[in-house]
Amino acid sequence: MFKTMMRRAVALVAAAGLAMAAQAAEPIKIGSFLSVTGPASFLGDPELKTLEMYIEKINEDGGVLGRPLELVHYDDVGNASSARNFASRLIRSDRVDIIVGGSTTGATMAVAPLVQQAKIPFISLAGAVVITDPVKPWVFKTPQSDRMAAERILGDMKARGITRIGLISGTGGFGSSGRAQTLEVARDMGIEVLADVTYSGSDTDMTAQLTNIRNTEGVQAVLNFGFGQGPAIVTRNYAQLGIDLPFYQSHGVASDSFLALAGEAAEGLRLPASPLLVPDSLPDDDPQKAIVQKYKSEYEARWNSKVSTFGGYAYDGLMLAVKAIEAAGSTDPEAVREALENIRGYVGVTGEFNMSPDDHNGLDADSFRILEVQDGGWKLIN
Amino acid sequence: MFKRFMQLRLRDLVILAVILFSLPAFLDNPFHYELATQMAIIAATVVGLNLLVGYAGQVSLGHAGFFGLGAYFSAIMTGSYGWSALPALLVGAILVGVIAWIVGRPILRLKGHYLSMATLAVGFIIAIIINNETGLTGGPDGIPVAPFDLFGWELSPFGSYSLLGVELSGSQAWYLFSALVLLLAVWLAQNLIDSQIGRALRSVHGSEVAARVVGVNTAKYKSLVFVISAIYASVMGSLYAHFQGFITPAVAGFDFSIVLITMVVLGGMGSTMGVILGAVVLKLLPQLLADFQELEAVMFGLILMLTMIFMPKGLLPTLQRSIGRRLKKKAEGQA
Amino acid sequence: MFAEFLQYLFTGITIGATYALIALGFTLIYNASHVINFAQGEFLMIGGMATVSFMAMGMPMLLAIILAVVLAGILGILLQRLAIAPAKQADVVTLIIITIGASIFIRGLAQLVWGKDYHAMPNFSTDEPIRVFGAVLNSQSLWVLGIGAVLVVALVLFFTRTLIGKAILATSMNKDAARLVGIRTQMVLMLAFMVSALLGAIAGVVVAPITFTSYDIGIMLGLKGFVAAAIGGLGSGLGAVVGGLLLGIVEAMAAGYISSDYKDAVAFSMILVVLFFMPRGLFGAKVVERV
Repeated sequence: MFKTMMRRAVALVAAAGLAMAAQAAEPIKIGSFLSVTGPASFLGDPELKTLEMYIEKINEDGGVLGRPLELVHYDDVGNASSARNFASRLIRSDRVDIIVGGSTTGATMAVAPLVQQAKIPFISLAGAVVITDPVKPWVFKTPQSDRMAAERILGDMKARGITRIGLISGTGGFGSSGRAQTLEVARDMGIEVLADVTYSGSDTDMTAQLTNIRNTEGVQAVLNFGFGQGPAIVTRNYAQLGIDLPFYQSHGVASDSFLALAGEAAEGLRLPASPLLVPDSLPDDDPQKAIVQKYKSEYEARWNSKVSTFGGYAYDGLMLAVKAIEAAGSTDPEAVREALENIRGYVGVTGEFNMSPDDHNGLDADSFRILEVQDGGWKLIN
Repeated sequence: MFKRFMQLRLRDLVILAVILFSLPAFLDNPFHYELATQMAIIAATVVGLNLLVGYAGQVSLGHAGFFGLGAYFSAIMTGSYGWSALPALLVGAILVGVIAWIVGRPILRLKGHYLSMATLAVGFIIAIIINNETGLTGGPDGIPVAPFDLFGWELSPFGSYSLLGVELSGSQAWYLFSALVLLLAVWLAQNLIDSQIGRALRSVHGSEVAARVVGVNTAKYKSLVFVISAIYASVMGSLYAHFQGFITPAVAGFDFSIVLITMVVLGGMGSTMGVILGAVVLKLLPQLLADFQELEAVMFGLILMLTMIFMPKGLLPTLQRSIGRRLKKKAEGQA
Repeated sequence: MFAEFLQYLFTGITIGATYALIALGFTLIYNASHVINFAQGEFLMIGGMATVSFMAMGMPMLLAIILAVVLAGILGILLQRLAIAPAKQADVVTLIIITIGASIFIRGLAQLVWGKDYHAMPNFSTDEPIRVFGAVLNSQSLWVLGIGAVLVVALVLFFTRTLIGKAILATSMNKDAARLVGIRTQMVLMLAFMVSALLGAIAGVVVAPITFTSYDIGIMLGLKGFVAAAIGGLGSGLGAVVGGLLLGIVEAMAAGYISSDYKDAVAFSMILVVLFFMPRGLFGAKVVERV
C-alpha cells in the first residue's frame, strides 16, 4: 500500500517533470474501476498492475500528446452496485477523460447506461457477448467474448470427432454466461450436450457432479466453463475419478497459476487462450509474437509474478485508449469515441483488433489459440 | 429540557426533514446526489428492519432476500411484462408480505440464534433462486431495469424536470423523491412504535414469556412486524432497482443482509434516527476509504470493531447520552 | 448404482467432516459466551495460509503446521482479549457485529501479507486415490476423518476429565455461579477462544490439500460451519459433528441426484425443516427462559 503510494508519487513527480519540459500540460485522466479484491480479484489484480505499470512507462516516455497520463482507480470488490457508484464518481467528481475498467460483466453492464448518458468512452475488460452485442456507441471491450471461446472449443472437439459432451460450469457470472453460449453454439454446430451440471464458486469438491457426468451414457468429452479456484478443483477431481475422456477448460483459467494449483491432474486438458501463455512457441512470422513476449517479460520482471490472460486485456484496453487519443489529437470524448471505432489492425496481446461501428470488440474467434497441457506446461495446438 | 426535546418524536421528523432538505446545499455534482439518494433508500430499508431488530428484538440475517425480491419483481414485471412501475412495486410488496407471513409463522417460533439461522437460510434460498433462474432474472450478470414511472410521468436519473419553476436534473429529482420516501417511512415507523402494536412489541423485546403471561399475543405481533419490515425492504428494493437502472443478485445476497443488520446495530438498535445514521455511515465509509486501496478492508473492519467495542449501544444513543450528560453537568454547574 | 451412491457418500462425508470441525469451534465459543463467532472461518484460513507460507520459507511440513496452529491460537486469544472482553456490557447482537468486524479485519490483513492468490498444499500422504467398490476416495479424506475423530475424542476428554474443561462447562451453564465457586470466567473465555481457534486452524490445515487455500476461503466454510452447528443444536458437541456430516452428505446427494444448481438451496431448506420440527436443532439443550 505505502509502496504503491510512493510509486504513484514518484510516477507523478516524474510525469510532472516531463510535462513541464514539454509544456505545463494538464494530465489526461484515465479512470478505472476493477475487482482488485473479492471473488474476482484474480481478474482485477493483474489488470490494475498492468495499468499502473504501463501508465508509468508511457509517462516516462513523454506521455500522450505531450500530456502525462493520470490513473484514477477504485476497487469495486466484484460488486456491480459499487462499480456503478465508482463509475459515477469517476465521471462526475474526478471528471476522467476515458474509462478503462470493469473486470466482470455484471459491473460493466451496471455502468453501461451511465457512460452512455454521460458520453464518456468506456473500454471494458469483461467477457460476455452482451457487452458489445447489441453495440452501445460508448462501450468497447478488449477480451474475446465467451461465445468465441465456445466456438473455438466446440470446433476443436468436432475436429476430433466428438459430438456428444458433458458440460460442467460455475454458477458465477462467467460460468453462467459461458454455459448459455456453449449450449447455443453446440446446437448450431450439431453437438449434443448430454449432461449439464453446475457448481458454485465456493464449492470445495465437485466429485458428485463429475460422477453424474461420468455415469451419463455416451459422453465423449467434458467441458468445464468457470473461473477462480473451482476449475482447478474440478480438474483434480476429474483425475481422481479416473475419467479418461478428453477434458476441456475455458479461457477463464488461462494462467500459469492454474497449472500450479491443478498440478499433474491438468495433463492433457485443452483450453482456448491468448498466445500470452506460449509466447516462445509462436512462429516467428506471427505478428503477435514480439508484443506478447515483451508484455510477458516486462510484467514478470516488474511484479515478480506470472502473467495471466486477464492482465493482457488491460494492456490492450490502455493501448487502444492511447491510440484513440493520439488519433483524435485531443481528449474530446466524441473524437476519441470515433477514433476508437476506427482502429484497424492494432496488434495487441489478446489479438488483432479491427474495430468498426458495428463491432466494438474487433477480435475474431481465431485470436484464441487452442493450448494443451503437456509435461506441466502449455503446448500450442493451433 | 434537552431530554424532553429528544423524546418528542415529531421533533425527530422535523430535524430529519431539515437535514434532508438543506443537504443539497452541500452536494455539488450528480454523483453526490446519487450517493445521497441511495443512502435515503437504504436508510428507509433499515428503518423497517429496525422495527424487527430494535423493537421486537428479532435478528434477521436474510433481509436482503426481501429487498432483492422486490427489486427483481419490479425489474421483471416492468421489463418483460410491460407493467407500470407503481403496480409492480405494490404487487411485489404484497407478494413479499405474503411470503414473509408464510415463512414467518414457523420461523418466529424460534429463539435467538436459531431465528437468525432460519432467516439466513430464507435469504440464501431467495438469492440462489434469483441467481439460477437465468431466463427470468438474467442470472448472475444482472438485469437492466426501466426508469420509475408514475401515471405516465417518468423519473429517470438522466432526465431533467421542472418543479414549481425550478429546473431540476434527474439526479436532483430522484434525491427529493427519495427524501420524501424516507420521511414517509420514518413517519409510518414512528406511528407504529407509538401504537398498541409498538407497546406489545417492546414487551416482547423485554421478555417474551412475561409478555405472554400478561396476555400479549406475541406470535401475532412478531409475525406482523416481520411482515411489515419485509414490505419495507421490498418497496425500497423496487425503488432502488428503478433508480440504479441495473441490478445483480448481490442485492439479495448474504453480504448485503449483513450490511443491513450492521447498519442497525452500528447506528443504534431501537433508535430510528440512529439506524439512519448507521446507514449513512456505512454507505459513506467505502467512498471515504476508497483511496486507501489495499488497506480498505483492514480499516473498515477496525472501524467497525472499535465503534462497537466503545459504543456498544450504537453511534447515536451513545452520542445522545454523552451530550445529555454534558448538558446536565453544565446545568448543575450553573445552579 | 451402488458405486454412484457410495461416491456421493464419500464426497459428502469428506466435506461434512470439515463442516463438523468448524461447527465444533462455533460450539465451544457459544458454550462459553453465547456469542456466534463470525470470525471462526478466519482461523481456518490462518491455518491453511500460514502453513503454506511457512512451507514456502523452506520449513518442513510438520513444523509449518504446528507454527500455523499456534499462530491461530494466539490470534484467538487476542480476539477475546482485545475485542470481546472490552465490550462487556454489549448485547449478543453487538458482539456478533464485533466478530464480523474482526473477520473483515483479519481477512484484510491476510490479504496484505499473503496476497490474493489461491495456493495448493500437498496431500499429507500419497496422491494416489483409494478405490472401494467402484467409488474413489481421496487419501486426504482419511486424514480429515481421522484427525476429526481424534479431535472429537480429545475434546470430550478435555471437558469431562480436566479441571479447565469442567470450568468452561460450568461457566457456560451459569457464569455467576461459576465465579462464586472461584472460576476465573475471563480466563475461561480466553481459553475457549484459544481452543476454538486451534480447532479451526487444524481443520484449515487438513482440508487445504483438498480445497486449496486463500485469504478468503474462510467466508463460505465458516458460514457452512455455523449452519452445521445450528442444525445439530448450538452448544452440543455431538450436534456439531452430526450436523456437519449431515450437511455435507445432503449437499453431495443433492448435487448428484437432484440438481447441482440447487444443492445449496436444498441444504438451506433442510435447516428450515429441521428447525421447524426441532426448534433447537437435533441435539440442542432445552433452555428455560428466566423472566
